[in-house]
Amino acid sequence: MAAEKFETMLRKLEDAVERLESGDLSLEDSLKIFEEGVRCANFCVKKLDEAEKKVEVLLKQRDGTFQKKEFSPDNER
Amino acid sequence: MSLFEERTILTVSRLTGLIRGVLEENFEHVWVEGEVSNLALPASGHLYFTLKDPGAQIRCVMFRASARALRFKLQNGMMLVARGRVSVYDQRGEYQFIVEYLEPKGVGALQLAFVQLKEKLAREGLFDESRKQRLPVLPLKIGIVTSTSGAALHDILTVLRHRHAGVDVLISPVRVQGEGAAEEIAGAVRDFNRYGDVDVLIVGRGGGSLEDLWSFNEEVVARAIFSSRIPVISAVGHEVDFTIADLVADMRAPTPSAAAEMVVKSREEMDNHLQHLSRRLFNALDRRMTSCRERLVSTMRALKDPTMLVGNLFQRIDELRDRMSRALRGELRLLREGLAADMHRLRLSHPVLAVERCRERLLALDARMTSLVTRQLDGHRERTSVSVARLHAYSPLTTLVRGYSIVRRLDDGTVVRDSRQIEPGDCLGVVFGHGSAECVVKKRHDERDRE
Repeated sequence: MAAEKFETMLRKLEDAVERLESGDLSLEDSLKIFEEGVRCANFCVKKLDEAEKKVEVLLKQRDGTFQKKEFSPDNER
Repeated sequence: MSLFEERTILTVSRLTGLIRGVLEENFEHVWVEGEVSNLALPASGHLYFTLKDPGAQIRCVMFRASARALRFKLQNGMMLVARGRVSVYDQRGEYQFIVEYLEPKGVGALQLAFVQLKEKLAREGLFDESRKQRLPVLPLKIGIVTSTSGAALHDILTVLRHRHAGVDVLISPVRVQGEGAAEEIAGAVRDFNRYGDVDVLIVGRGGGSLEDLWSFNEEVVARAIFSSRIPVISAVGHEVDFTIADLVADMRAPTPSAAAEMVVKSREEMDNHLQHLSRRLFNALDRRMTSCRERLVSTMRALKDPTMLVGNLFQRIDELRDRMSRALRGELRLLREGLAADMHRLRLSHPVLAVERCRERLLALDARMTSLVTRQLDGHRERTSVSVARLHAYSPLTTLVRGYSIVRRLDDGTVVRDSRQIEPGDCLGVVFGHGSAECVVKKRHDERDRE
């Protein structure tokens, strides 16, 4: 699911922030964690921006597969 | 009736048939109310029970065709209003009430059905908080199960558009009321789960009567929502409408618009949360760097000027030395004072002094003794000179002076008092009053000779 990786990265970001804030790291580790945090933050922001804002209709085919069709308010029952 | 005037003998069946005819003719369309008891639900699908009140009871049967339309489940003790006709069960000779329609007394049938299903599903744990899924942190793709012609979809899309929510919407169009609607709704929920690629589902419709919303009170919908791996937000009717779907959903939105708000809100909250986290990340690093820099600077400062450190140490040493010597001086003074006292006491008992004292005593004794002895000697001397004078008077020397001599044998010094002591030739010493002489005996004269 789309949210899954996002949540993982978000949790990593939160973890990075907490560890960095706890302040008992070596400078080197701090930098490493900071970089990781920034990477996660960028990923999350990108994910947020990525949404396409599409509205589609999910149609079930006879063979049980699904097809997506652009939604227009009056083409359905 | 003519039947009873003549002696006409009827078979039991005939009589029963007659009775049934009478009853069916007169009680063809009756409403009756009473309490259910002796309920039996055989596999055939027909319902058998007794309706009673405090004074009487009547056997009832509801055949499968009618029973199928029952929305609620019949239970003993229930107060019912039943519509039907009275008939006779020939085989047992019992009259009974054939029920065609049933409704709970007081509440509507739908209401009762709702309560019953709610209790049943609650017992099964479908409403348990622990079974509810968390809404995804960031729903980016929303699946919507509703009618495309209803107000619900319109409301949801409007909210999403106005709030500039960056989300994809996937709609599964279903009928939301009427026969078969519940199955369609349940099917759409299952389809979305098979399709998979949505983060959250909104299942709902706009407001309406209890009958209109009824599909969302159906067990099949409740079970589909419960089984959904995708978190479900229910959004049925208006705030006051509460459906089984609302209870079983992971989250209940009071209206379809509210459901959209929830999604948008989580998106906005996520924006804020991310910003907040980023800020904290940078701040934390900044603080870390600052503290590192401060430590570095202070360390370097200490490195640059070791004299400061040394100076401090010197100062400390001086201070310690000072304290030490002060302490020592005090100690010494005490010692010295003690020593002086001891010395004084020692001096008082010095042996020289004792010797001196002894010497003084000795001298005194000596002096006393000397004078004592002197006096004694003087006494003796006086007495002696007296004695000497007296002795002098009797001295042989005086006799000698008067002319007498003393003769001694020279060989042994013996004083010769008798001539027989000597032989001619012997050497004799003669002492006079003044001086002496040595003589040789020429001849001896004994006293007889002289005679």
